[in-house]
Amino acid sequence: MLDLEFMRLAFGAGIVVGLLAPAVGFFLVQRRLSLVGDGVGHVAFAGVALGYLLDLPLVLTALAVSVVGGLSIEWIRARRQNAGDQALALIFYTGIAGGVVLVSAAGALNVNLFQFLFGSILTVTRSDLAVIAALGAGALVVITLLYRPLVAVVVDEEGARVAGLPVGALNSLTVVLAAVTIALSMRIVGILLIAALMVLPVIAASRIAWSMRSTILLGMGIGLGSVLAGITIAYYADLPPGGTTVLVAAATVLLAESWSAVRR
Amino acid sequence: MPLALRLQGVTFAYGHAPPVLRKVDLDVQRSEFVAIAGPNGGGKTTLVRLIVGLEQPTSGHIELDVDKVGYLPQRAQAGIDAPLTVRELVTAGRASRTRLIGPLGGTDREAVRAAVERVGLAPQADRRLSTLSGGQQQRAFIAKALAGEPELLVLDEPTTGVDVEAQEAIAALLQRLRSELAMTILYVSHEFGAVEEFVERIVLVRGEIVFDGPPSALPGVWHDPSHTHA
Repeated sequence: MLDLEFMRLAFGAGIVVGLLAPAVGFFLVQRRLSLVGDGVGHVAFAGVALGYLLDLPLVLTALAVSVVGGLSIEWIRARRQNAGDQALALIFYTGIAGGVVLVSAAGALNVNLFQFLFGSILTVTRSDLAVIAALGAGALVVITLLYRPLVAVVVDEEGARVAGLPVGALNSLTVVLAAVTIALSMRIVGILLIAALMVLPVIAASRIAWSMRSTILLGMGIGLGSVLAGITIAYYADLPPGGTTVLVAAATVLLAESWSAVRR
Repeated sequence: MPLALRLQGVTFAYGHAPPVLRKVDLDVQRSEFVAIAGPNGGGKTTLVRLIVGLEQPTSGHIELDVDKVGYLPQRAQAGIDAPLTVRELVTAGRASRTRLIGPLGGTDREAVRAAVERVGLAPQADRRLSTLSGGQQQRAFIAKALAGEPELLVLDEPTTGVDVEAQEAIAALLQRLRSELAMTILYVSHEFGAVEEFVERIVLVRGEIVFDGPPSALPGVWHDPSHTHA
């Protein structure tokens, strides 16, 4: 399997995505914003379409549009606390509709959009991997350096605000990190399934962990394991890698729930 | 004695609703231990949310002359579903005193340890918050507020849902904080029997301040501050 270059590239990208998605997802899940990943994923589709239209690298256009979409969600959510789901709905549908219109305008409606929506390990190129590795490592470094204030906000947002932490900037950073994760992951699990990889490993980890730090680290381990197992199973069983990876992650949630129930 | 905070003519309304608070004037000196009491819906929580900056007055002026504020909200609970240890919770309260980037330094770890010890939870420091009793959890949240070394500590109904023994333990803890650290404390409650003997001043809020003075001067009909007859 590893004799094939496209598999080596897929595993390389998968390792970055498997570690990064749950690390970012932890902060979304704990802020009860699990669906933000989905919303930004839909916007990323418009970014892919824009890339086709302008003939630019698709990862970078998806990244740019995802960041704008993510910040828009956070901007609306922060100003209208009770309108979080309305903000998501607006961004969801604008993203998908904008993507379809832009793809059509680019005359690319005949391209295989499935590979972006649900992932395709055949599509990772060497230059993709370089971008994914650089941005992924950068995002993990940012999370490591700002771990304490990010945690302070998810543990008690009002307390952090009273204490003088830059809560708005830290919340915006979280959605930017989510946007980066989604843009990097669309080749492996697809923009419609990446949110699952940000959320499911964190849910599984929280059932078996003993502290917040162990939840994040276990979540990253489960994410990595899910991607590696998903790609391997997909290769041998000729299955779509994105769907297979997410099903593996979903299975870990069931296993963790069972373990937690037995332990009680 | 220098002022810790001053409210001048503060009025607050949610949107276009009638004002929750009307023309509130209030001075609190440094190192004062003040109980803010009144019936449910009287505006106590709104008043402290204005003081800590979580709400902005519709009119009037609020002046805080303290560097750091510690805030324990009503029914405080961690905003996360993941397991959280006492030490992790208290460390989150230290974030305001440290540089934003990088790991916790030695001084900060010591401040977290001291805050945990001060509330008597050192043996439980590495236990999950969810495994502690209600009173212990409240003390953990007080430790979180203390970890930031605040000059003003604002506690909103800190004894709600905890037993009498835990209420007395929290009251004794606050008394120690005031005497040892000279901290200014605002204590919101609609039933503050446990701290009545410690506070030197009660502010009774019912849309406006209807009483402000020592507990001994409180008219008999108001001795139960949740009383609804003025």
